[in-house]
Amino acid sequence: MSKPSNASENGKREITYLEAVREAIIQEMRRDPEVFLMGEDVGVYGGAFGVSRGMLEEFGPERIRETPISEAAIAGAATGAALMGLRPIMEIMFMDFVTISMNQLVNQAAKIRFMFGGKASIPLVVRAPAGSGTGAAAQHCQSLEALFMNVPGIKVVAPSTPYEVKGLLIASIRDNNPVVFMEHKLLYRTAGPVPEDLYAIPLSQAEVKREGRDLTIVAYSIMVPRALEAAEQLVAEGIEIEVVDPRTLKPLDEKTIVQSVCKTGRVLIVHEAPVTGGVGGEIAAVIAASEAFDYLDAPIHRLAGLNVPIPYNRTLERAAVPQVEDIVAAARALAQEGR
Amino acid sequence: MTTTGSEAKTGPSLEIAEGSLLLEELPREKLAWMLQKMCEIRFFEEKAEDLYIRGLVHGTMHLSIGQEASAVGSAAALRSDDLIIHHHRGHGHTIAKEADITLMMAEFLGKEPGYCHGRGGSMHIADIPGGNLGATGVVGSGIPTAVGIGLALKMHRSEQVLLCFFGDGASNLGEFHESLNMASIWALPVVFICENNQYGMSMSVKRSMNIERISTRACSYAIPGVSVDGNDVLAVCQTVKAAVEYARCGKGSVLVENITYRWRGHSKSDRNLYRTQEEIASWKQRCPIVRFKKTLEEAGVMDSEELETIDQEAQATIDHAAEVALTLPEPSPENIEDEVYAP
Repeated sequence: MSKPSNASENGKREITYLEAVREAIIQEMRRDPEVFLMGEDVGVYGGAFGVSRGMLEEFGPERIRETPISEAAIAGAATGAALMGLRPIMEIMFMDFVTISMNQLVNQAAKIRFMFGGKASIPLVVRAPAGSGTGAAAQHCQSLEALFMNVPGIKVVAPSTPYEVKGLLIASIRDNNPVVFMEHKLLYRTAGPVPEDLYAIPLSQAEVKREGRDLTIVAYSIMVPRALEAAEQLVAEGIEIEVVDPRTLKPLDEKTIVQSVCKTGRVLIVHEAPVTGGVGGEIAAVIAASEAFDYLDAPIHRLAGLNVPIPYNRTLERAAVPQVEDIVAAARALAQEGR
Repeated sequence: MTTTGSEAKTGPSLEIAEGSLLLEELPREKLAWMLQKMCEIRFFEEKAEDLYIRGLVHGTMHLSIGQEASAVGSAAALRSDDLIIHHHRGHGHTIAKEADITLMMAEFLGKEPGYCHGRGGSMHIADIPGGNLGATGVVGSGIPTAVGIGLALKMHRSEQVLLCFFGDGASNLGEFHESLNMASIWALPVVFICENNQYGMSMSVKRSMNIERISTRACSYAIPGVSVDGNDVLAVCQTVKAAVEYARCGKGSVLVENITYRWRGHSKSDRNLYRTQEEIASWKQRCPIVRFKKTLEEAGVMDSEELETIDQEAQATIDHAAEVALTLPEPSPENIEDEVYAP
């Protein structure tokens, strides 16, 4: 097991988001011999981001299975292995590369159970490091969750803290369906308290990360810490923000979101992926069609990535996706709208 | 046309005996079974066509009439616990893997008691307990999935072997090449069976690739590659048997090319504009069923009366299956979402 990177003052162990990914995999692999990890450079190299460092020594090359650069075949190998009762975790080096796996994931993994009349299941996790901020430009920074949202049969998870990484990844591994598990690359080094024991967070529960009366921000992945920071800044202006993290995008915990909006009457939906056709539109539609509609004091707002590929230049890259100051400005404006 | 894989010069080769030797090696019951399954496939598909013309079928279908020896010869080389994964032109493989023909017909007609409760239809018939891991409708998509099935067999230390059927068109996909490479480096117990029926929809293999034999693609992955006359059920069986034994004893994957011909169009929209009537007629002269009957009769395995009995029984099986399937209930939209996600 990985050593804790540090311990907080109250004695709770803290590890990083990346260490939480590693710990979840290691503990599940120890518990269940059917679980294995597969992907490019996951062996001696330790994975492109170091997630699988040390695993080869413990589990050997059969269960820490290095593959050639063959994303279609990796996804097929994972799908077929899952069909046979194994629980593969396939690592896609960058979420962008999942596009090469799409036929197997969308046409095979997502469909096999349904089109075979419920007589098979595909317990498969696709680990996909996503997101911008690393200067890796347009083909290594995408957040492609929306592509999977519209595919029945697939679940989509996007954790924001180390605690949730561990609990949601364990739940994803134990789930009997294909799960796309988005890991934000900028969050890998963030630390937080994580229990050493095994625990699962259900793939259906949002969490209210911060309570507030004036405005709800629905945010996931890296936009959660950014929204929380924005909320702290706006306290000084007397604006109390509630931050709701869906954690699992599909299935979506509509109830928690709707309840929060009923309470605050205002909602800002924040995500990194481009705004058009993004998850925010789905969340907005859910709110608009719910009882929360009657409580709305202002239109539903979305703050999301621009409709551009992620640029290389640092200034342009920051401008392409919501930053803390953008959330502060949008939330401030929405809190005052119509007052 | 059976070769010893000498074309795959950089890869290992298989030793394959003459198909006709099976006439002596196999028990009469097995040979009769092979003919019975070939006839059932032929009659199933003729019945499917008939039901379609009568307006009783929703959707399309892809008939393998003329290719029966490929499905039956391959499946005949398997143990009953071995597995298959196959493709949209899959009625033949399903019957050869001993599916319940009534449940198959029910699925074809979209009925609730069908193999997939009417969710899959002609292109997606699966019989998981029977070792048929399903047909895929996107050309070549079963090939990467087969790598995973083979991987699971290997990781579970199983002695089972998987046959992965696909067509000539699929061998031009990137997924084919990624998968054969992966199956090779991991020495997976998968026999890849390319049913070369000469056309990917309308595009002839002569136009879609510059190689004579698809089996030669095996040499890129250092696995055995063999081409066989896919209309000779005994030659197919002999070849696939050698391939299956190779895979079962842990040596790894094999690519087998069954050279055959699709008599009917690609699907129901096909007007056969890309080939001549003469070409179709010339292949009908090489009918795998007529040929196998002749072989059995000439070898003294069965007389014409016995052959006729098998034929009639197969026809009766299909007629009965269709009759029953037509009376079965339709699925209800009430539980349409039930099987999208597993509990």
